[in-house]
Order: sequence, then C-alpha cells, then structure tokens
Amino acid sequence: MTATMEKNCSSSQINDRLSPKAEAGKNPILQVDHLVMRFGGLAAINDISCSIFHSNITAIIGPNGAGKTTFFNCLTGFYKPTEGMIRMHHEDGTVFFLERMDDFRISASTNLVRTFQNIRLFKGMTVLENLMVAQHNKLVRTFGSAISGLFCSSGYVAREREALDLAKYWLDRIGLIESANEPAGSLPYGSQRRLEIVRAMCAEPRLLCLDEPAAGLNPNETSQMNTLLRFIRDKHAVSIMLIEHDMSMVMKISDHVIVLDYGEKISDGTPEFVRNDPAVIAAYLGTEDLENIN
Amino acid sequence: MNIEKTDRSRCLNESLKASFLAALVAFALSFLVLGVETRLFENKVIVVPHWNYVALIVLTVFVMRFMSVLFSWKRRKPSTDLKRAKKSYFSALFETKFENLLKIFGIALFIFAFFLPFFPFSGRYFLDLSILILTYTMLGWGLNVVIGLAGLLDLGYVAFYAAGAYSYALLSTSFFPFLIEQGYLNPVIMNWIFWICLPLSGISAALLGISIASPVLQLRGDYLAIVTLAFAEILRMILINWDELTGGPNGISRIPHPSFLGIEFNRSPEGFSAIFDLEYSSLQRLIFLYYLIFFLAMLTNVITLRLRRLPIGRSCEAMREDEIACRSLGIDTRNTKLTAFAIGAMFAGFAGSFFAARQGFISPESFGFMESALILSIVVLGGLGSQIGIVIASIVMVGGVQAARRLEFFNTLFGPDFDPSVYRMLLFGLVMVLIMICAPRGLISHRTPSILLQKKKASPADLTLEEQR
Ligand SMILES: Nc1ncnc2c1ncn2[C@@H]1O[C@H](COP(=O)(O)OP(=O)(O)O)[C@@H](O)[C@H]1O
Ligand SMILES: [Mg+2]
Repeated sequence: MTATMEKNCSSSQINDRLSPKAEAGKNPILQVDHLVMRFGGLAAINDISCSIFHSNITAIIGPNGAGKTTFFNCLTGFYKPTEGMIRMHHEDGTVFFLERMDDFRISASTNLVRTFQNIRLFKGMTVLENLMVAQHNKLVRTFGSAISGLFCSSGYVAREREALDLAKYWLDRIGLIESANEPAGSLPYGSQRRLEIVRAMCAEPRLLCLDEPAAGLNPNETSQMNTLLRFIRDKHAVSIMLIEHDMSMVMKISDHVIVLDYGEKISDGTPEFVRNDPAVIAAYLGTEDLENIN
Repeated sequence: MNIEKTDRSRCLNESLKASFLAALVAFALSFLVLGVETRLFENKVIVVPHWNYVALIVLTVFVMRFMSVLFSWKRRKPSTDLKRAKKSYFSALFETKFENLLKIFGIALFIFAFFLPFFPFSGRYFLDLSILILTYTMLGWGLNVVIGLAGLLDLGYVAFYAAGAYSYALLSTSFFPFLIEQGYLNPVIMNWIFWICLPLSGISAALLGISIASPVLQLRGDYLAIVTLAFAEILRMILINWDELTGGPNGISRIPHPSFLGIEFNRSPEGFSAIFDLEYSSLQRLIFLYYLIFFLAMLTNVITLRLRRLPIGRSCEAMREDEIACRSLGIDTRNTKLTAFAIGAMFAGFAGSFFAARQGFISPESFGFMESALILSIVVLGGLGSQIGIVIASIVMVGGVQAARRLEFFNTLFGPDFDPSVYRMLLFGLVMVLIMICAPRGLISHRTPSILLQKKKASPADLTLEEQR
C-alpha cells in the first residue's frame, strides 16, 4: 500500500516537473497510466505513466535494453500489457482504450501507426505497391466496395486514383518517384527507412510511432530525415513519437523527451530540462552518450 | 598454372568422393528393393536375384552425381564484379523481352485453345484429354490464389474439389428432384439444373473453406499444411463412410449432364441436334463440355488476374511478404487469409461440379491425396504466381503422361507390355527434382507489378512544337 503510494507520489512529482512549454495549451493525444509489461520475471516496462501531446515530436530515449521497443509494442497492441491503461484521445472527444484492442485495429480505427526497428517493407513488391497496400482500408471500406472493384466500378476507380495521387505525393516528397516501379528491397538503406515512414503516412495516422528511424543513417541522410519528420508534424498535423539514440538529432527536433532506464521512466520534459536532469546524467554516466548530451 | 592444376585435381577428387558416396547409398537402397525378389515356388519361398537392375541404378547414380558435382564446381568460381554487372544488365533486357514473349505466347495459346475442337486432328480422345488439362489448369489457377498469392500452403485443396462435386451431385440427384416431387418447383428447372447448382456448389465449397480455415489460420507454414492435409483426408473418410448420404464407396451415379441454354444433348426431338438440324453425334456434347470448361477456366483466369490488382489481392501478397508489417498498417490479416481460402475453394467448387456433371458419376476415389499432390505440383512447377506457367505445367503433368501412353516409341524400347502410366509417379518425382534443381522458383518465376506508375514522357507533339520555335 505504502509502496504504491510512494510510486504515485514519484510519478506525480515527475509530472510536476514537466515544463510548462511542453504542456502549453495542449491536450494529450495519448495517456499511459501505470503500464507494466512482464516477461516471466523480467519487468521490461515497470510502471510507466506519461502523456504524449498533439502535434509534438516526442522522443523516447534510453540505453539499450531500456524497454523502448517493448513500450512501443505495448502501445501498438503487438504485446498485451500485463497491467496498466493506455488511452488515445481523438479531437472529436472519442477515447480508445488501446490495451484492449487488436494490433491491426489500433492502426485501422485509432490511427496510431508504427514503423519497426528493423525495416519491415514488402521487399518483393514495388515501392508504389508498398504505398498502395498501406491504403488498403481506405480502398476497402465495406464488403460491397471490395466486390465492386472486380467490375471496375466508377467509385472504385476514383478511390484508386486518389490513393495513387497520395502515393505519388509522398514519393515526390522523399525523392523516390523515379524508383516507384522498382522492388522496395532493391533500394538503398536510407531510402528504405524513408519509404517505411512514408508508407506509414499513407495509412493516414494521427500519431506516428517510429522505432529508431535514423539508425544506420549517415549525417546527410539524418538531416533529410529531420526535414521529413518536421514536415510531417507541421504540414500534416501528425503527432510523432520516436525512439532515437542520436542525441544531437533528439535535441534538434523533439519538443518533448521521455527517458527510460531499466523499464522505468527517469525523466520527462523539454529537451533542455532533460539535458540538465541529474537523474538522466546519472543514468548515462560512464557512457559515451554523456558527451553528446552536454 | 600450378594453382589451376591443383584446383582441377581437387575438383576431380571431390566429385569422385561425392559420387562414390551416392553410389553406395543407391546400392544400399536398391539392393533390397530391386536386387532380391522373393517368389513362392511350390510352397517354398525362393530368392530371385536381379543384379543387373542394381548395377544399372548404381552406375546411373554414380555418373549423374559425378557430372553434377563437376558442373557445380565450375559455377562455384566467383565471377568478377564487371561480369556480374554485365549479366544483370542483360538479364534486365532479357526480362522485358521475356515479358512480351510471354504475352504473345499466352495469346497464341488462347487462340489455339479456342479453336481446338475444330482442328482436324482433334478426335474424341484428344478432346477428352484437353478437357482434363483445362480442369487441372483451372484448379491450378484457383490454388494459386491460396499458395502463390497469399502464401498459405494448402495440401488439402482436393477437399474443396470434392465438396463442389458432391454438392452438385447431391443437389441435382436428390435435393431438387425432391422439391419438384413435393410440387414446390416446376420440373422444367431440371433442364437448367447445372446452371443453378454451379454457383451453389461454388458457394458451398467456399463456406467449407471458411469453416475449416477459421480455426487453424493462426498456424503458419508447415502446421497449416498438415492440418489442411488431415482435413482433406477426414472429408474423404466421411464421404466413404456416410453411406446414406453419399452412397459410400459406390459413390453417386446418374448425375445430370449440363445443358446448353436448357437444351439437352440427346437423340430426342428436343435435343440439341434436332433443334439445330444436325446429325446426332456424341461429339457435340464433348465439344460443348470443352467450351464449358474453357469458359470456366477463363473466368477463373480473369478473376484471379483482376484480384491481384485489387486491394485484397495486394494485401494478400503483402501478407505473404510480411504479416506483421501488414497488421501494423491496419490490415486484418485473418480476414485476408479467409478471403484467399474462400476464393480458392470457390474455384475448386466450380471445377468439382463440372467434373461431376461431365462424368455423371463420382466416388470418393477421385478425391485422394494424389489429386492434391498433382494440383500442388502443377502450381509449384508452373512458378508460384504465374498463370501461363500453370498452363504449361498442367499440359506437361496431365497431358504428358497420357500422351506418353500412346507413343509407340516406348513400346519398341521396352517391349509391348510397357505401360508408361504405371511410371507416372516416378515421372512426377523426376520432373519435380529436375525443376527444383534447374529452376527452384518454378518454370516462370517472373513477377509483374500489380500497378505501375506511368512516367510522363514528352509527347511527340511537344517536341515538334519546340523544334518549330
Ligand atoms: N518478447 C520478449 N520476450 C522476453 N523478453 C523480451 C521480449 N521483448 C523484449 N524483451 C526484453 O525486454 C527488455 C527491453 O527490450 P527492448 O524493449 O527491445 O529494449 P530497447 O530499449 O533497446 O528497444 C530486454 O531486456 C529484452 O530482453
Ligand atoms: Mg529497440
């Protein structure tokens, strides 16, 4: 009893420390309460509570094995959390309880779409086909519309053209329009990373969760990635959550940073706040990332 | 120079070693199976040795293994980057040519098949064989939706073929006659019975597909294959043992033949020949059956081709590539799998009801595992996902064996008692092994994208305008 009291206290303390800027006039799009994910005896996520805000880029950082990917897997339904509550709020006031939903339904009806740490493109299909697959639900709203496609009905043709236009728009944006008809697996690594993000964008997300989008990119590609992410946030009003190791990138583009260590949240706030947080410095002490922070 | 020499001797050494080992295995296998025959002679068992067979097999295996190792050794040498680049350039060039060639070949094949009944050489036997080939082509195209498109290994496809055949047989011999007897329906519909029962049996096969697939779709790969295999066997057992409904091992006979717009093919004054003022010939029905299966197969072809370009087909393909990524994009992979299963089953149901209507008699014997294996091998040999490959494979697998039976050549070679159809399974295995060695992805492993982005080219009109300026 006292233990939970203490925990509540500490988490509320952390929330209190959240700087005013991150919260300024914004409603949370995602609220995570006391999330726990256990694998046998190991608590990969241990009582994490946090809020993600509209039209922000939120970075999740932490050392290897801190539980960042597990956290994403819980949010997107790929793991069923052991305990806790995850609520997603839409602008119209609808609330979804993600911990109870199937993975594909989370993406289809709450518009929370993710990418993966190791790229998961449909490698044998072309770049364009990858983007068309992402628009599946838009093209097939009802059973009738699925059937009508067989007969090339005008409604279906119009919808397909729309989907094609959206795909072209995003391909243009990431400079892959020339490679549209090539197999996705034949693209260079950096392009594959960007294509995976754009594919997620074709599914029209409100909250986009990116698992290490800049992993393995060279500085040039990383800056392209930054531009793309800012563009998505600013022009498409999509909130972004991303896991990242590259501290310079995190400090540059994120509005809000959450730090995990051993499955627990150790800091939460603006980049400047997190950078100077003694808890974060302690966690990173002795690691090379320390120099990157300061 | 010296290096080359040692390399060559090492190569020779290794091939000899490998082929010796293979020959030893061949000897161990053939010694008991072929080498000694036990015969009953005056109430005693005597052993008759066949050393010549064993020697022949061991020698063949030795030589083949030796050649194959020698050959692969040469290919194992790393090629330079320049060579590889050149090769890929040529293969890209070859690919576009190849695609056009395939298209032309497909059209030629279509025209040939369309006029086939009217060629002078197409007699009764030839037409029968063509009908069989077309049936298997249709089944192959149907199974291709499940295996080639959705990547679900279904070893029990024949169950849906059986479901279609039995639905047609039961509906047309007991259900509708019963309704007519009770006075609910006009007897005239018996003329149209095939056309009424065809969609019904397709639907029943599809429902069967959904009902067996739904509990087992969490299973993947091998497990799904085992369950579908077991299911087909269970269905066959039910067909054999449920005497009252299915007639058990005796099957169902006197199944009505299909009619042409309600006109039957018989000698009666309302028959086809009387109405169209032709002389009666049993060939007329055969030609009609040929066009019927041709139509059904083409329908399957068109629908499955169109399906690939629809969101459902695309998500099937995406699911085959990466199921988790599919789910992350909001695609209900469970429904997608069910759809693929149901569509594949539906075509098998159509083919099954055609089969029942053509034969006029069905029994569980026609739906054993060998049928599944044959259809599966047609799909795999043809190249997963290739429509024309499947046609070629079914011509080879179904037609080839039947044609071999008629060739005098074999009999002059092996004596008058030789019947090639006995060696059907052997041929199966041989062709499979050869194809898997030479073209592991099937005869035609080329994939055409389901949608292409048309690049805007400067049109000739623009060019001339610019030139004028
Ligand atoms: N499916 C699983 N089963 C067991 N342990 C897991 C599973 N997924 C993650 N873990 C464990 O959870 C911890 C956090 O992993 P992860 O979330 O991948 O870390 P990271 O922050 O590097 O992404 C690791 O110790 C890992 O071994
Ligand atoms: Mg990770």
